Amino acid sequence: MKLKLLTAAAAALMAAAPALAELKIVDTSYRTGPYAANGIPFSDGYQDYFTLLNERDGGIGGEKINLVECETGYNTEKGVECYESTKGGGSLVYQPLSTGITYQLIPKASADGIPLHTMGYGRTSAKNGEVFEWVFNYPANYWDGASHAITHILNENDGDISGKSIALVYHNSAYGKEPIRTLEKLGEKHGYDLTLLPVDHPGQEQKSQWLQIRRERPDYVIMWGWGVMNQVAIQEAVNIRYPMENFIGIWWSGSENDVKAAGADADGYKALTFHNLGDDYPVYDDIQEYVVETGKAAGAGDQIGSVLYNRGMYAAMLAAEAIKTAQEMHDTSNITPEQMRDGMENLVMTEEKMAALGLPNFGPEFEVTCANHGGDGMGAVSQWNAEAGEFELITDYYQSDQEIIQELIKEDSMAYAEENDIELRCE
Amino acid sequence: MFYREAGDFKTSYTEDSQTFPIKFDRYGYYVTLAVAFLVIPFIINDYWVNAVFMPFLIYSIAAIGLNILVGYCGQVSLGTGGFMAVGAYACYKLMTGFPDVSIAIHILLAGGITAAVGVLFGLPSLRIKGFYLAVATLAAQFFLVWLFNRVPWFYNYSASGQISAPERTLFGITVTGAETTAWAAYMFCLVFLVASAWIARNLTRGMAGRKWMAIRDMDIAAEIIGVNPLRAKLSAFAVSSFFIGIAGALFFAVYLGAVEVGEVFGINKSFLVLFMVIIGGLGSIFGSFAGAAFLVLLPVFLKNVLVGGLGWPTDLAAHLELVIVGGLIITFLVAEPHGLAQLWRVAKEKLRLWPFPH
Repeated sequence: MKLKLLTAAAAALMAAAPALAELKIVDTSYRTGPYAANGIPFSDGYQDYFTLLNERDGGIGGEKINLVECETGYNTEKGVECYESTKGGGSLVYQPLSTGITYQLIPKASADGIPLHTMGYGRTSAKNGEVFEWVFNYPANYWDGASHAITHILNENDGDISGKSIALVYHNSAYGKEPIRTLEKLGEKHGYDLTLLPVDHPGQEQKSQWLQIRRERPDYVIMWGWGVMNQVAIQEAVNIRYPMENFIGIWWSGSENDVKAAGADADGYKALTFHNLGDDYPVYDDIQEYVVETGKAAGAGDQIGSVLYNRGMYAAMLAAEAIKTAQEMHDTSNITPEQMRDGMENLVMTEEKMAALGLPNFGPEFEVTCANHGGDGMGAVSQWNAEAGEFELITDYYQSDQEIIQELIKEDSMAYAEENDIELRCE
Repeated sequence: MFYREAGDFKTSYTEDSQTFPIKFDRYGYYVTLAVAFLVIPFIINDYWVNAVFMPFLIYSIAAIGLNILVGYCGQVSLGTGGFMAVGAYACYKLMTGFPDVSIAIHILLAGGITAAVGVLFGLPSLRIKGFYLAVATLAAQFFLVWLFNRVPWFYNYSASGQISAPERTLFGITVTGAETTAWAAYMFCLVFLVASAWIARNLTRGMAGRKWMAIRDMDIAAEIIGVNPLRAKLSAFAVSSFFIGIAGALFFAVYLGAVEVGEVFGINKSFLVLFMVIIGGLGSIFGSFAGAAFLVLLPVFLKNVLVGGLGWPTDLAAHLELVIVGGLIITFLVAEPHGLAQLWRVAKEKLRLWPFPH
């Protein structure tokens, strides 16, 4: 009997009863494992922004936000489990913060009718809304990032980089492999040589890759790294005295946690970004007042204002704006995932909107449409200032090479549509 | 009281040597099968199938496969992850290459291909034993993962290097892809598991199994009494890899749907399946089930208790989960070094005498 009771209790617990929610948002975070150094600040920012809306405005449009956190450990199996256990009860949007989990969830979420927002990661060709109805990756994607890096190198060399050598150090996974095709295409156009240097999960062993860089001395090194791989790569670059200003990381390889380990020698390291940095914004006063001082800050509360915290907050802000758009469109405050999708597809981010939110000039202006789920591909370059201990923007926002990227997106998304028998939308 | 042989007479050799000689066990087995086939499919939902049942069923197949090699034949292998990857990639190539052939046949063929690869990597076992063999199979693990990452033909030249399962049906019912219903995925895996367990059980108590066990217990003695070590060892590698390949193919096609070899079939997977076999009990089919259940269900259960039930922070829960699972493994192995299967055996012995022990 006791055993039966235990089994019954276990079964009840395993079923994980969905809480009654007004607006249910799931944060699939990772605060453990080799990617935690990057997962924690993003998740803190994501949660704190929703906490701020709950505390200051009483939610969005009068509806409280119910935030559910689920630990994935950057592991696809756990990610799937998180998704399945939390998708009930009207979860509005998923932001897995992992390209591997995104690939798992694209077909699942599309079948379940729940939107995915993969901001600056995930499947790049999801930008084509004609094929990917439920997936959004505004405001920028990996292929934009690859083009941003090359454009930056072009600008430094007065527009001529033929014969230059560029090495790509990448995480040997779907994430790291994303930019290769774009970089090869751009290589044909601009005439540089590309060397590919894969680094296996989790990325602590990079000696041989950096030995090769030391031997071949490529003119530039571009990095697609995440988690502990970033810190190791930057330390190795310092060890072989590679000129840091020629070392450019994607936006996922450019947070304080990545460079601080290498100390003062990391000064001059560059990373891309698609939003502004620092904590000099009015919204931070509100976060201080409503979230930090009331003791409701997520995690340890020590990441506020860091690059990835800002990015998490930016993701939450875009989600909140999409909810507002959906609420206006459907004239109801308690929206469903389908209505959330409409809100995301009709999202317009303007300077006035961002200023009103306390984030003036925080990111580029963009507009999501039925056919374009990926924004305009604006990005900028930031540089690490070791003395001040912060990343500083060194360029304005500029657009990626749309001519090449649009073509690649079309090709890849059409192949997906054909494989999966998807009819094109937006006619 | 209930659990005893008294009055349960056997009148033929077949009856005497059946898998479940005690009536109570036998009925328990039939009831379990009936519940698994006739009740669960009707009440199962997406969460239960994806978080609990499918991992359990698939890992059970993998654990049965590894148990044949490690538990019955005594050949330590750390290449399980690599062999599962062979199954998954073989299944993917077959699915995309021959879309008109039934998925069930593809999965069996994937098992066959894995068996061939397993035999190839089993060849060193003829010369080396124990830890040295473990290192040789470790090489298989790293080589296979490297191969599937390195050669684009295996992933059909896709930009991301991932393989993703297209939608396939069996008797008109979708079993792979996003549109799969919970019960269909569950039944598909269950049929494979029951068939695997049945075949494994009958192989291991027949001549093949006795040869494997002779090799395990003392290979020189086995050779002297007429067991051919070449055939015994390589057949163990083949059969074991066949089941592991099926598990890998199901893991990719039915459970995850999209796979990246380095993450999903890395060395961690090899260790996980090996731990299942050790905790469950070496040389026991029931042990494979118990080990898989222990390592699949316990983390999910703990997570739901700590985060869902007690409302603790997710990172604290994730770390505690490791501590608790690790602690329980040590406790179990100290209490019973031969695993959960032996615990179960001892419990049965006691039950037979209960309530009047000597």
